[in-house]
Amino acid sequence: MFIAIISLCGVFLFPLWKITLDAAQFPGGLELNIWINRFSGGEEGEYIIQNINILNHYIGMQFIEPDSIPELIYFPYVIFGMLLLGIISILINRQWGYVSWTTLLCILSGLGVYDFYLWMYDYGHNLDPNAPIKVSGMTYMPPLFGEKDLLNFYVASYPATGTFFLCGTIMLAFLAFYFSKKTQNQ
Amino acid sequence: MKKRSYIQYLSVPFAVLATLASCQNKDVKTVVEGNVTDQVYVAPGEYDEFYAFLSGGFSGQITAYGLPSGRLLKEIPVFSVYPENGYGYSEETKAMFNTSYGVIPWDDSHHIELSQTDGEFDGRWLFVNGNNTPRIARIDLTTFETVEILEIPDVAGLHCAPFVTENSEYLVSGTRFSLPIPQKDVPISSYKENFTGLINYVSVDAKTGEMDLAFQISMPGFNYDLARNGKGKSHGWSFLTTYNSEQAHTLLEVNASQKDKDLMAIINWKKAEEYLKQGKFTERTTSYFHNLIDEKTGIAASQEMKTTRIIDPKECPGMVYFIPVPKSPHGCDVDPSGEYIVGNGKLSADMSIYSFDKLMAAIESNDFAGDIDGIPVINYESGLHGILTKPGLGPLHTEFDGKGFAYTTFFISSEVVKWNVEKLEVVDRQSTFYSPGHLVIPGGETKKPFGKYLVAMNKITKDRYLPTGPELAHSAQLFDISGDKMKLLLDFPTKGEPHYAQAIPASKIQPNCKKFYKIEENKHPYVAKGEGQAKVERKGNEVHVYMTAIRSHLAPDNIEGVKVGDKVYFHVTNLEQDWDVPHGFAMQGAATAEILIMPGQTRTLLWEPGSVGIYAYYCTDFCSALHQEMSGYMRVSAQDSNVPLRWSLGENIEDKVEIPES
Repeated sequence: MFIAIISLCGVFLFPLWKITLDAAQFPGGLELNIWINRFSGGEEGEYIIQNINILNHYIGMQFIEPDSIPELIYFPYVIFGMLLLGIISILINRQWGYVSWTTLLCILSGLGVYDFYLWMYDYGHNLDPNAPIKVSGMTYMPPLFGEKDLLNFYVASYPATGTFFLCGTIMLAFLAFYFSKKTQNQ
Repeated sequence: MKKRSYIQYLSVPFAVLATLASCQNKDVKTVVEGNVTDQVYVAPGEYDEFYAFLSGGFSGQITAYGLPSGRLLKEIPVFSVYPENGYGYSEETKAMFNTSYGVIPWDDSHHIELSQTDGEFDGRWLFVNGNNTPRIARIDLTTFETVEILEIPDVAGLHCAPFVTENSEYLVSGTRFSLPIPQKDVPISSYKENFTGLINYVSVDAKTGEMDLAFQISMPGFNYDLARNGKGKSHGWSFLTTYNSEQAHTLLEVNASQKDKDLMAIINWKKAEEYLKQGKFTERTTSYFHNLIDEKTGIAASQEMKTTRIIDPKECPGMVYFIPVPKSPHGCDVDPSGEYIVGNGKLSADMSIYSFDKLMAAIESNDFAGDIDGIPVINYESGLHGILTKPGLGPLHTEFDGKGFAYTTFFISSEVVKWNVEKLEVVDRQSTFYSPGHLVIPGGETKKPFGKYLVAMNKITKDRYLPTGPELAHSAQLFDISGDKMKLLLDFPTKGEPHYAQAIPASKIQPNCKKFYKIEENKHPYVAKGEGQAKVERKGNEVHVYMTAIRSHLAPDNIEGVKVGDKVYFHVTNLEQDWDVPHGFAMQGAATAEILIMPGQTRTLLWEPGSVGIYAYYCTDFCSALHQEMSGYMRVSAQDSNVPLRWSLGENIEDKVEIPES
């Protein structure tokens, strides 16, 4: 369980999700990394948000403004909370402690993904009616998981290293639950 | 009668020419042997192996080519105004052309020198001389932009410049035309009594690259032509060829070609540094300009410099020597080991190759044949490594491949000759089309040449390309020199008349190339770091527009309240932070140029409206799908009108608050 908690810290060290935009004019593609508390670009992609916003304004998507996304502020606190609960569960060292911690983390992760989906749905569908480029029937929601053509861009969206740490945490916590059960039976 | 004697004189070399040329079995129709396309073909999406920087001659610019493809990559404006991007027209760059002669918006750029560390190219800066209005420029190789120009005082025709020392300590130059110092109104026929030649040492700051005229050495009134600095064991010494040791001042073609031998000047600059420290110099009042672009603001400022330090060899023994060199030398080149110095007498059938060790031994043992103005003249034979006899006609310049061979261009016999430096034997020759001046081997003047390619820069191009009227582009010819025999690979046209080039592996420049300027580091006084900061201010009859450019609009895009007689300054900041997204700015009827603004940069265009009306301005660099829409209107009212100063973007200008005039 202790390793599980360490592993959970990985979500601060690595991005959770990565969206890659590929087009002829952008050799190597544009890379948007989504972290628990911020956005970043790939190599030399310091100005990724500005550059994506410039592209998006042609089709009337809203500007991505990290400061206006409250999740980026409170999600880290949720993780801190989980870390604290994890330590408490170790101190209690009871089956029910581990199982509730794992279940809670699963629910929160699911909610997080759903929240991410809602944001992307909003960005992709809530378009400015005065946009210079309008393609009838087009919406611009990037896939939650997978790849898709969006006008001149080929968009790929996949979980990144941080999410694997999160999954690892869930598995480790489950193992903690499993082994604690065994030891108690003995 | 006199005329006839000239003809007799000239007929001698031409007879030699005919004999030599006939035994070279030249075929002007020679194209290329075998299939060489593989060697010069750089497939789409792939990069050239080398950057080659060619000086632009009378264009006053530099061009960057890729080798081996011969593709033009960029033209870098240096000494000439450049309407293509507004260099010399924008308020930020106007000061680059300030000189003690006033604003000089053109020049004749000759010798390219890349900065060196320990005798090898370091890929940081590029230096080039302005031959006409004596000056030296520095180009920053992270941006490929000219960032500094330093004038050299009291010289004329700064041809012999700016040759770099092994660690870029100095850029060495010499005057081509000697002058009275200080300038004065004297008969030209008093040349011998009144004219002095200066050799100049410009120091280069190791961190910033900033140039400073460290000292000048006063020399006899000869013509100083070309120079190289020692390397390795000869580090600390400079070698300069001079012609017109006759000190003629009229019909130089004949009168400066009388002596069988001219002179090579040999300068111990480390000794000069010592004398400078001891205060053995004269501080002279003069005037020259130093123009430098501030890295943070991007604005060039000029400083008039008023003193120079002159060292006199008469009072500083052991600093300067001469040695005879065959008739009217042009090239002066030092081999990679630093031991051999090639002196090319362009009117001589032979080439003299000097040995640094022998020169030093001769100096040590006072092996002199007299002196000129107190400067000892070393005995010709004492300093000589040997003579390369009859290698061709009209030897000009030599480069080295690092494998013990030298390659010399022959202007009159129109060829490149490969010879063994140690053994003094010709091993190969290749015709060029036609009349080569300089040649370049990547790294060919350094301690470690990349002896793979050679480019000959030809002065004449007849019948090589589709004709373009009376004027033809000069041609560059690329040879493969990796084998025993030189192999012609490619012809490509050049801009202006390149006088020398240097080539460097792309890997030494490409990784450091700047992609855009960071907007948070922009300290331009008129920057607008976002559309919220776009505004218009009036100061008397000056109107300052703080404008922003981002795909695909200019802010503000409507401006009113400008009057006839105003000076309107458009300070345009490009807000983009992405590679290769410059925006342009053009004003209808602007009497100067348009400007290009790189991402994160601010550039200012001055416009003086001459009559009332509505004027359109727009972006000139096709930046995006909506580039055509990237435009705006300026309303110009009569001088006495009371139209208020206001501006807008995306809303009706009438709704904008009137800004009180200050």
